[in-house]
Amino acid sequence: MDNAINFINAALFAGTPLLFGTLGELISEKAGCLNLGVEGMMWVGAFAGFFAALQTGSAMLSLLAAFGAAALCAAVYAFLTVTLRANQNVTGLTLTTFGVGLSLVLGSAMCQANGGAPNLPGSFRDKIAAFKIPIPGSGDDVVKLAVYPLTIFAIVLCISAAVFYKKTRHGLSVRASGENPAAADAAGVNVSAMKYASIILGGGICGIGGAFMSLVTANGAWMPAGIVNGFGWIAVALVIFVRWKPMLAILGAFVFGAFQSMRYYIPDSVISIPNAFYQMLPFVLTLIVLIVTSMRKSVHAGEPAAIGVNYYREER
Amino acid sequence: MKTAIELQNITKRFGTVVANDNVNLNINFGEIVALLGENGSGKTTLMNILSGIYQPDGGAIFIRGEQAHIASPRDAQRLGIGMVHQHFKLVDVFTAYENIILGMPRVKGESPAECRARIENLREEYRLTLSLDKRVHDMSVSEKQTVEIIKLLYRGADVLVLDEPTAVLTPQEVGHLFAMLSRMKKSGRAVVIITHKLYEVLSISDRVAVLRRGQCVAEAVTAQTDSRELTNLMVGRPVELKIERPDTRKAPNVLALTGVSVKNSDGGNALKDVSFSLCGGEILGVAGVAGSGQKELCEVIAGLVPAETGAILYRGRNIIGNSPAEIIKKGISMSFIPEDRLGMGLVASMDLTHNMLLKSYRSGKLPLLAKAPAKALATELVDRLKISTPGVAAPVRQLSGGNVQKVLLGREISAQPQVLITAYPVRGLDIHSSFTIYALLNEQKKNGVAVLFVGEDLDVLLELSDRILVLCQGEVMGIVSAKDATKEQLGLLMTGGKEGA
Repeated sequence: MDNAINFINAALFAGTPLLFGTLGELISEKAGCLNLGVEGMMWVGAFAGFFAALQTGSAMLSLLAAFGAAALCAAVYAFLTVTLRANQNVTGLTLTTFGVGLSLVLGSAMCQANGGAPNLPGSFRDKIAAFKIPIPGSGDDVVKLAVYPLTIFAIVLCISAAVFYKKTRHGLSVRASGENPAAADAAGVNVSAMKYASIILGGGICGIGGAFMSLVTANGAWMPAGIVNGFGWIAVALVIFVRWKPMLAILGAFVFGAFQSMRYYIPDSVISIPNAFYQMLPFVLTLIVLIVTSMRKSVHAGEPAAIGVNYYREER
Repeated sequence: MKTAIELQNITKRFGTVVANDNVNLNINFGEIVALLGENGSGKTTLMNILSGIYQPDGGAIFIRGEQAHIASPRDAQRLGIGMVHQHFKLVDVFTAYENIILGMPRVKGESPAECRARIENLREEYRLTLSLDKRVHDMSVSEKQTVEIIKLLYRGADVLVLDEPTAVLTPQEVGHLFAMLSRMKKSGRAVVIITHKLYEVLSISDRVAVLRRGQCVAEAVTAQTDSRELTNLMVGRPVELKIERPDTRKAPNVLALTGVSVKNSDGGNALKDVSFSLCGGEILGVAGVAGSGQKELCEVIAGLVPAETGAILYRGRNIIGNSPAEIIKKGISMSFIPEDRLGMGLVASMDLTHNMLLKSYRSGKLPLLAKAPAKALATELVDRLKISTPGVAAPVRQLSGGNVQKVLLGREISAQPQVLITAYPVRGLDIHSSFTIYALLNEQKKNGVAVLFVGEDLDVLLELSDRILVLCQGEVMGIVSAKDATKEQLGLLMTGGKEGA
């Protein structure tokens, strides 16, 4: 029982940044923009959030900085792919390379100026710490369900996104831009505006996911080796796994979070597997997910039909 | 009659090609104007300018007497202009209702139920049949067209432009459409119908404007003109519009299909229990609403898709399971012209010679390509079929549609096939090029080749074919003798034998 709750805590903990990344990419892809820069934007968010936290000590400013910096990167991607109609794959990959590199460079500069890796003060960490909900009946040594405010925020964002796409006229316009931009355009939808808004908003949300990793996952210390580290790529695959549905993203992200943390909860006495195998698990699962989802191809798969394709009205 | 639209000296260029050259046109409320012209004459470009898809390079547009700048489809909508494009602009996974309200702001104080009621009222006013909750990908072509029309009405369009609206409809559906357009006209709206079919112009329009090579060559009151005059205006010189149907000796049963079924990617039946036989020296036409299994029929014979059941007998031998290369070797040749014309059969960026090599590169003895014979063949085709090209070294992309199709058909015929499968060979061609293609097919027929001709235009099918096979949702509805069949009869078969909606 105790172990189970600890495992759930770990899954929520590891799944939260994934959920931000997945939702961010999902929002971008709904408008037909396949932004492969998730990893880069998460890195940028991780650094910007950490730096702002260090400088201001404000949780709100830290998250705004993470959102803003990643959104700025996404805006560059939007300008290149929507306005200049550059290839989406190449632009996204470039953004990843750029974002990872930039954050590492700035991070090491920060360490140098600080004379060693900086640590966030405990007062800051308290501001974003998990709510502890006691679970009745778990004995004297009460085990608590730990829920981070950011986890709740991510879930609320997913629910809002689901309502937006399903129930509102603007949601319809965004989906139409991702499904058939020519049809949306002919119907009077401002396709470029829909794409810009989706890319920038989605990018910013990815940035918050990155910030969660540098602020919470890394326990207040700047240690680039331990953060983002491939989570952005898992998020890209998760979007396919959850079939572009924000509500399913919640489930998907936490299942993957569980896989990520499994290694700590399977005692060696049950099965002894090298640590590296557990670290590999989420990526193996990603691979399997991609194979399985590619096998069922139909119009109901949920993939926006015009994903990855830039729209040019006067094309003949 | 009040003037709705006035186009003055509209010019539009695509690179060096002038699509519209100083075109002037007036459209009045309460009338139906036909825009007549061959493919590539600039009709669609002109109307795309009016609906905000293209920006003109010169000229002015006046709407209700006031000069207007139409920068986007949204602007056009605001000005009351709506267009039903030839390739419908609908989101496949959306319902009819979602497509109709897409891009329109919610009316203040109107509940979704009231909005639906308003659409239902429009639908009833024009006596249209449509279920608002049906998804577009489950709809027939004519249902999709209905969605487009209601979409325009919902947007309050009083100038309606329809681009080739009858191209994909059965004759019965055309009747319904025309009746509806007349009701539009009576309600005071202006209607423009883009077409290259003369009988449509004569049966529905009040006035007609003829476009040729981007220029408006004539405007006339429909009642004061006739089909001969219009054809001459459209083509630019007198033409004889008679397709030959030579009598030939038939060699029975060159190719026979028995009980052939093919699955589509969704697991449904693309072809269901198809049986027919094809004789040498015969042209068997294939008619059907778009997407009735024509493509799969061609592909299963050519060995490109597997058959679930049945047999395809070529001179008595079953060829199911043979590779496409083996089937080509046996003398079965396919030329399929897809909607984008280049998708199957030719590589756009390669020149004529290399496109010839695509079919013959295996025949060389050396590991290197035998380019000389391919070049000779390309040169011969250019001469014989009068293909207009800068030379055999020019990429196919640079050729006009008609010439591309001549290259494709020419290559297939040069292999001296016993069976020639050709789908939509005149798609997008002008009248003259079409007749060259018909002559080529007839020549093959006279040589004893068995020709399977998948066509769109029922008039052509009736004139050219010996027999016509009608497909509906992958099933053979009947095989009729082209000499005795009527268009209405084919139309009924195309919609499954029942009265079409």
